[in-house]
Amino acid sequence: MKTKNIICIECPQGCLLSVDHENCKVLNIRGAKCPKGTAYAITEMEDPVRILTSAVLSEAGALKMAPVRTNKPIPKKDLFRAMDEIKKIRLKVPVRPGDVIDADFLGLGVKLISTRGTTS
Amino acid sequence: MNVYDIAIIGGGVVGTAIARELARYRLRVALLEKETELAFGVSKSNSGIIHPGTSNPPGSLKAKLCVEGNRLTRKIAKELGIDVKEVGELIVAFSEEDLARLHEIKKDGEALGVPGLKIVDRAWLDKHEPNLSKEVIAALYAPTGAIISPYRWVYDFAENAARNGVEIFTDTKVESIIRKDHGFELIAGARTFKARRVINAAGLYADEVCGMVGIRDFKITPRKGEEFLLDKKRENITNHLIFPIHTKTSKGMLVIKTSDGNPMIGPTAEDISDKEDLSTSREGFEKVLSSVKRLVPSINGDDVIAYFAGLRPVAGDDFIIRHEDKAPGFITVAGIQSPGLTSAPAIALYVVGILKKSGLRLKKKIFFHKHRKKEVHLFAIPLDATKKLIEKDASYGDIVCRCEMVSAKEVRDAIKRGARTMDGIKFRTRCQSGRCHGSFCTTRVMKILAEETGAPVTSVTKRGCGSEIVKEDRSK
Amino acid sequence: MRERDLVIVGGGPAGMAAAISAHENGVKDILLLERDQYLGGILNQCVHTGFGIEYFKEVLTGPEYAERFVKKVRDIPSIEISLRSFVVRLSRDRVLTYLKPGILETIKAKAVIMATGCREKTREMVHIPGTRPAGIFSAGLAQKLINVEGLLPGKEVVVVGSGDIGLIMARRFTLEGAKVKAVIEIQAETRGLIRNVVQCVEDFDIPLYFNHKISRIYGSDRVEKVHVVRVDKDHNEISGSGFDITCDTVLLSVGLIPENELIEMAGAELDRKTNSPVSDGLNKTSIPGIFACGNSFKVYDIADSVTRDSELAGKLAAEYIRGL
Repeated sequence: MKTKNIICIECPQGCLLSVDHENCKVLNIRGAKCPKGTAYAITEMEDPVRILTSAVLSEAGALKMAPVRTNKPIPKKDLFRAMDEIKKIRLKVPVRPGDVIDADFLGLGVKLISTRGTTS
Repeated sequence: MNVYDIAIIGGGVVGTAIARELARYRLRVALLEKETELAFGVSKSNSGIIHPGTSNPPGSLKAKLCVEGNRLTRKIAKELGIDVKEVGELIVAFSEEDLARLHEIKKDGEALGVPGLKIVDRAWLDKHEPNLSKEVIAALYAPTGAIISPYRWVYDFAENAARNGVEIFTDTKVESIIRKDHGFELIAGARTFKARRVINAAGLYADEVCGMVGIRDFKITPRKGEEFLLDKKRENITNHLIFPIHTKTSKGMLVIKTSDGNPMIGPTAEDISDKEDLSTSREGFEKVLSSVKRLVPSINGDDVIAYFAGLRPVAGDDFIIRHEDKAPGFITVAGIQSPGLTSAPAIALYVVGILKKSGLRLKKKIFFHKHRKKEVHLFAIPLDATKKLIEKDASYGDIVCRCEMVSAKEVRDAIKRGARTMDGIKFRTRCQSGRCHGSFCTTRVMKILAEETGAPVTSVTKRGCGSEIVKEDRSK
Repeated sequence: MRERDLVIVGGGPAGMAAAISAHENGVKDILLLERDQYLGGILNQCVHTGFGIEYFKEVLTGPEYAERFVKKVRDIPSIEISLRSFVVRLSRDRVLTYLKPGILETIKAKAVIMATGCREKTREMVHIPGTRPAGIFSAGLAQKLINVEGLLPGKEVVVVGSGDIGLIMARRFTLEGAKVKAVIEIQAETRGLIRNVVQCVEDFDIPLYFNHKISRIYGSDRVEKVHVVRVDKDHNEISGSGFDITCDTVLLSVGLIPENELIEMAGAELDRKTNSPVSDGLNKTSIPGIFACGNSFKVYDIADSVTRDSELAGKLAAEYIRGL
């Protein structure tokens, strides 16, 4: 069994959590002032995920870059693979905020969506 | 291959002033500059002071050319459409002993022909220079002390020279010189320039260029000067250029007014060995700040918006301007440190005199375009004039630089007049030189530069090859 | 000279919130001046999430947060939006001159709200000596280059300052394929949000040096390296603690200053230290009828607070106009 200290980022309180774990499984959590902290520690230790935000090239419309995000968090380990994909994208039509750019991004079951319109 | 009558090495204020003077004559002149743009060497860090001509050793070349240059600068500035601001200079005395020195400086200055010198008392200072330290008891007032934009001065000389036929080559570093029967061959990378005569105005590298023709009797020692620019808001912290009493090696730490408004403090004076070392230091900053606070106590370190350093090309105490008898046709213009900017137009005439004496027949061109159309700087003109300009050209209303109020039109004009780098645009327009340091305008200026020159935006540089602003473009 | 009831300078989150609120509080004639070609201000380049958590109880990116207000502002007929409009003069009696392509206009306003945001502190303001090569960027400029222009400013980066923009840019550079070699913070702890330390720096194993500063920048054409030293609690260099980091880019994220040159021109008093207007209440300046909100009034940590406080500015201006 190992123990890792992590800071909860669910709210500005920033509880310092002591997490006992073994084989990527959480055994015990100390220091969480609310249930959010417990949940955070489990995800963070067992399967950390992040929302990815970036921008893709837009070949139509007024802007060169269209900012994008994943609609749901993706596994942290997939961030760089996701960036490789994002760098390849060339939008051929103008987009509006919320437009789906990739309905099944990297086959992860999340959507890549535009966060800004590219027309002026 | 065509042979030039004269090749000038060095595109700083000295080289370009000489080029413009020679442009009056029926000569084929080339000006060769190693940097990507003119004024990128010694001249770019000049403080812009047009010295009245006091404080130079009587009998020196400096003393003579400074007083003459001060007068000529005004005349030529009018022709070239650049502003000389008549702010006047004060050398201040803190003690009776200092005051006695001021009387001596005044006498020496008068002997050199410096006009209008007068000792002013405390009451005068209270009225005309209220922020000056109350410990100052008197000052020597030199009304012909003035200010100019040093780089725009270089660009204006060059532009007018080019208009009158001088050929200007940048990114052209002379690496060796071969003496031939007809004169000289200058090797610059893959190019060779043939010239009957050569003028060496290579600033910090004048000793090395002289070495290329076997002349090795002087050495250029870079004397570093660190200077610090204050926010434009403090423009009126002084009304005059403020000098302490000079020492042997330097004019001391000054409070300088600059032509674009930002006061400047400094410079330090430190002999170094590296001709490329333009770094500033914490010690330099502290030294300058404490020295100028003695002159003007209300100067605040928090008002400093930019640091920079320049190198004065020092070759002994005086300028070296001579025909090299050991290499006939080769003229050295070296050691042009302060008051070099002031002296430049007089140096140009002096060099023409040397050329004549060396046997060059000078015939004036039938028509010499001595005037240059003044460029627009929105920050320097009243709003009703701006309104008229915008009515004529809408892009004067398209503001690119928020701190200094520079329009897209001015940036495009600067590029049309020869700017090729971000610094070149900055020096010509002031874009990026304000308190935000270009955080706001850099992207826009890069895009305009790329667009006007037809080059990819990744090739835009700060000041030439190797100083590209960005590394990659996602779309490429 | 044209007269207007309310002129708002700046179309970022502060200006838009103030405009909407002024309208809701009964102002019928509002001119919103924005110097860029889009509304939204700096939010347009903040493509990361973290906006709206307080105000909308949702996690939004900067552009998404902006869009909600842009829509609203555009739907209110009494708000006239003037883009690419750059204010160059403001006087005490609320006469204001602005330029836009083809136009120089001078107007007299019954009330003015300044929502001009802030600018980033420069290298000089934190006294970093050395050379002046290419490769020194404010974090905001780098953010604009990457997110708006699609240009990567550098490949080996040292970030100065652990404020949120610095941390977010450390991640942004890393995701773009650059190597962020260190984040250098002079204080003993971060100035940014914990979630940014975790998700921007720790996620990518970027070394974060507390109690350290850059004492010199090296490089002639392009940044070549920086010298880093440890400092004591008074920020004095500890001798013998120095080391070099080779890099081609220095990113400065060392704080923000309210942008108040226009109200200073009009004669409003500014605090010498913070550059905020000297004020006897939120969003007020020392000149009656000239208000300031958002980051030009004081630097806020999050955009949600800018929005909330700027709504008050709109209300104050409306009350002022009613009282005339």
